[in-house]
Amino acid sequence: MKLARKDLLGLEGVAREEIELILNTAGTFKEVLQRKIPKVPTLRGKTAVNLFFEASTRTRVSFELAEKRLSADSVSIAKAMSSAEKGETLLDTVRNLQAMKIDFLIIRHPASGAPHFLASRLDAAVINAGDGAHEHPTQGLLDLFTVRERFGSFEGLRIVIVGDVLHSRVARSNVFGLRTVGARVTLCGPRTFLPKGIEALGVEIETDVDRAIEGADVVMVLRIQKERQDGCFLPTLREYAVLFGINRKRADRLKPGCLIMHPGPINRGVEIEPEVADGPRSVILDQVTNGVAVRMAVIYLLSGGEVEHGVVG
Amino acid sequence: MAWLVKGARLLDPARGIDRTGDLLIDGGKIARIGGEIRADGEPETIDAKGCVLAPAFVDMHVHLREPGREDAETIESGTRAAAAGGFGAVACMPNTDPPLDSQGAIRFVLERAEEAGPVRVLPIGCITAGRRGERLAEIGDLVRAGAAAISDDGSWVESPLLMRRALEYARMFDIPVVTHAEDKRLSAGGVMHEGEMSLRLGLRGIPAESEVVAIERDVRLADLAGGRLHVAHVSTAEGVAVVRRAKERGLPVTAETAPHYLAQTDRCLAGYDTNRKMNPPLRTAADRDALREAVADGAIDAIATDHAPHPLHEKEVEFDAAPFGVVGLETALAVLLTYLVRAGHLPLPRLVECMTSAPARILGLDLPGLAEGRDASLVLFDPDGSWVVDPSRFESISRNTPFAGERLFGEIKALFLGPRRIVPRPKSGGGFLFPDEEAK
Amino acid sequence: MTARRTVLEQREMHWVVTRLSHEILERNRGIRDLVVVGIRTRGAHLAARIVREIEAIEGHRVPLGILDITLYRDDLQDVGPQPVIRGTDIPFDIEEKVVVLVDDVLYTGRTVRAALDEIIDFGRPKRIWLAVLIDRGHRELPIAADFVGERLQTAENEVVEVMVTEEDGEDSVYMREIAK
Repeated sequence: MKLARKDLLGLEGVAREEIELILNTAGTFKEVLQRKIPKVPTLRGKTAVNLFFEASTRTRVSFELAEKRLSADSVSIAKAMSSAEKGETLLDTVRNLQAMKIDFLIIRHPASGAPHFLASRLDAAVINAGDGAHEHPTQGLLDLFTVRERFGSFEGLRIVIVGDVLHSRVARSNVFGLRTVGARVTLCGPRTFLPKGIEALGVEIETDVDRAIEGADVVMVLRIQKERQDGCFLPTLREYAVLFGINRKRADRLKPGCLIMHPGPINRGVEIEPEVADGPRSVILDQVTNGVAVRMAVIYLLSGGEVEHGVVG
Repeated sequence: MAWLVKGARLLDPARGIDRTGDLLIDGGKIARIGGEIRADGEPETIDAKGCVLAPAFVDMHVHLREPGREDAETIESGTRAAAAGGFGAVACMPNTDPPLDSQGAIRFVLERAEEAGPVRVLPIGCITAGRRGERLAEIGDLVRAGAAAISDDGSWVESPLLMRRALEYARMFDIPVVTHAEDKRLSAGGVMHEGEMSLRLGLRGIPAESEVVAIERDVRLADLAGGRLHVAHVSTAEGVAVVRRAKERGLPVTAETAPHYLAQTDRCLAGYDTNRKMNPPLRTAADRDALREAVADGAIDAIATDHAPHPLHEKEVEFDAAPFGVVGLETALAVLLTYLVRAGHLPLPRLVECMTSAPARILGLDLPGLAEGRDASLVLFDPDGSWVVDPSRFESISRNTPFAGERLFGEIKALFLGPRRIVPRPKSGGGFLFPDEEAK
Repeated sequence: MTARRTVLEQREMHWVVTRLSHEILERNRGIRDLVVVGIRTRGAHLAARIVREIEAIEGHRVPLGILDITLYRDDLQDVGPQPVIRGTDIPFDIEEKVVVLVDDVLYTGRTVRAALDEIIDFGRPKRIWLAVLIDRGHRELPIAADFVGERLQTAENEVVEVMVTEEDGEDSVYMREIAK
């Protein structure tokens, strides 16, 4: 099994074998990261550009570390310094990047589909680091990796995702990935955050968080963006915390061995109580560690050779 | 100059004509229609075996972008595109800059159209001043200057009171009020149809209901006010159902849809192609099928392209940032022949009706068509001629078609408008001439 | 494919591994600080056998590690999807140890170069020795083995195939010619 695609734009349509290859490779890289010199010369001479049109410290640093640990040269461009501020369009950006002959483009963009726009026009391998409300595939993969690391497999696992599913690219990538590897997924949140017809993705819906998390193996808590508190989706964040927040009382009723995950950054006291986020069930920091290994795996696997241009996935 | 079109399928459903025969055009008029015509003098003979000769098409919904956005389209380029698509008349929407809400603006369009060429341009005036939805435009003045209808296309008249008054006021002039039925408070920032695909693509959705509730309200206001309501670009099955019920109740309601809604669905957006972004958006297969049925059974009266040119650089951006709209004049016939007629969803005569007599009636035009003594306004097309859509060959300044690269069936051979014959340049192969012969 | 000839049979291969183990012990004067690291795939199996031999002789098991040198290869730039990595496993500290690096065939020396780079990323061993079952010549780098099972005169268009029971169902070494 080889990863025969040019880009990683999402987990929708990525086959189970491909996901397993990425997770297995990530396991190797996790070992590399524990060495005295946690760096391999694999991608010497290759260049990666991290183009972030949205603020994100965690994901950007994770990608930068992954690139450096693989010995690739890497440059990061944050929105504030980029030409986008000067009115340069995404197409201009594409042309410049193409002229610079880079090998990898990691992109974070507020518009869904922006990575597809770049991927179809660039020779470089494009990795989606989060686009609008669409996907965040490496986050989905690192979540899968963390779950598999703890449980050994996905067989029979029931995973509950709680929060703003409508606007969450993390939720979408996890749903696509988890369904592909055969886990059961329950989505939970206020009805305004559960898109109409989402059952079509093969998930269960539950608006009562206590019922949803009963007997769950993993509870993934999504970040509630404060800007959603416009009175249209949610009356108040306070009410959200009461109805859906993962507090100690709820955490105490989880079944033994149940993991609590969060893609970060955390709004402590809104979607999750601080004691729970820092508690024994929480694997939030493992997710961060695993993020580097998973991103190394994705970059390594996409670094190989010619694949047909414009393969979407 | 005289032309004898020989052996064509003469098709004018509104006059009950559908037979093989000859037609002689002399001095810009239809001189004779017959089984086999032997003409005096020496008319140029056109062998039209296998081709269809029908009334020139009427597109009741285009955007010519002039004044204001001449980088996207001009009245000159837009009418050239219309001719290349077989259209003898187009009704242009008033969402220009400035909008067509004054006599002066209507006259400007008519003058420019006169200079541009033989394709007739029927300007549509605004319902409200500046399209702002606050107070009525000087509708009487607009009509006197030559407006064929009124519309705030691009925006819905949100105020029910203002819409009621517009319908009442327009009754005096017997013109239709064309509604862009979309409650933007419900479609709130959406960029594609709300459904499974928008969910998968992570794009904000425009629910079908934003159209349905708007049509429903306008139909009720038309009932209250008694005026003629025309619903532009119907895209949903439920929207069709509302129109159908209104017609069953005998209300003066008409409706149109566009070729792209009859051919494509929201699944076509999987690659985030901004050339498939339009408003209303491509809907589901169920909606498309309901529209096909409605076109066939008459619940939808007319097919209009909603030709909406945008320059390349505006479309080559992120999906969210791209403007809504697709060009359609040059692909309309071929798309409809390919997706509806050849696929068995619609008989050719009904298609011709939807593109000729139906829009003409709604706009209050003389019935175009195949009658001796009339000014020639005819289109000759080969329904089996196939070509590949190459946007770089468009007459339109813009290239934003959702059909780029597709092989379609249906080739316009010639357009006869009064004393002029227009032969579109080939859609494939070389040649950049656009011959436009005038009678001697 | 042309006919192949046998270089070592099962019993001969066994003798060679035993001899290599004795030589390593003799050179190191026992098992003090000794660790054995095999290069995937067949080198790793040979390393495991050497560890078993040493245990049989000395009554003590020395640490065994496995090295996957894929990430250190110098030909990864070549076109084609990346090879699957099966992972390195060195579950002990190599600082100040005597590392015996084991591979099946020593040829260009490029694999050993990659392996040396990788080992050093784990720490600073006192010494690294190289043990190979077959040395077939044609070095492209200045690398030599410390313990050699069998030296073979080969032409460049010949291949040496080492078979081990764990992977191939038999223990033997063949040589054959390939079309140029």
